[in-house]
Amino acid sequence: MTVRIEQAPFDPGAETNAFLAATRGAGAAVTFTGLVRSLPDDPVATLTLDCYPELAVNQIGRMIAEATERFGLLDATVIHRYGALAAGAPIVQVMTLASHRQAAFAAAEFLMDYLKTDAPFWKKETSPGGDARWVEPHTADAAARARWQSPRDPEARK
Amino acid sequence: MKILYFAWLRERLNKDSEEVTPPPDVETVGDLIGWLRANDEAAELAMANPKIIRAAIDEKLVGHDARIAGAKVVALFPPMTGG
Repeated sequence: MTVRIEQAPFDPGAETNAFLAATRGAGAAVTFTGLVRSLPDDPVATLTLDCYPELAVNQIGRMIAEATERFGLLDATVIHRYGALAAGAPIVQVMTLASHRQAAFAAAEFLMDYLKTDAPFWKKETSPGGDARWVEPHTADAAARARWQSPRDPEARK
Repeated sequence: MKILYFAWLRERLNKDSEEVTPPPDVETVGDLIGWLRANDEAAELAMANPKIIRAAIDEKLVGHDARIAGAKVVALFPPMTGG
């Protein structure tokens, strides 16, 4: 498993190829790339991510360990950028490797849902006019994460 | 111990870290937030809704009931918005 928290841009295609080059006969690899969104009615010029890198490495490492146990993953890589990103730039890439596609898809969703609510990143949007605001947590993200919770998960008892 | 602040908490307090020595009756993360708010007007306003503040002790995510005895670094931050 690999966790990379970095400011520099990454090349999603090159990362995918490197991941696929080391699959050792596994049947299914899923790649998800998250991009800086900018819509016509809500344009974003710059997305700036604040980050606590040491905690991010620990948290994402725990998420991958849990995904590995739940879904029988053979490998996983999470790359997450921070700093100032332009519209359209890749922010995050999650890659999962499993024997079969169901496990690879489910584990990628699981990892993304947890990244939204439990990895120490904070987004600040700057509009083309220069107005900046911190992004509020979305209730839909909390709901997406909650569907994975089991009774033994201490977070589920909150 | 050192306290780290992130995102809008850092901006509202106008500092990214500080060294503090809480008294012995400040035992948990929740106590620490209460103590910081009681001793600084900016902290009182910045953490006006203390329930939403998340915390980590020595680079591990914890709840407000976590004990701070022996902690080197306590991080306080808003709800996370990654991914």
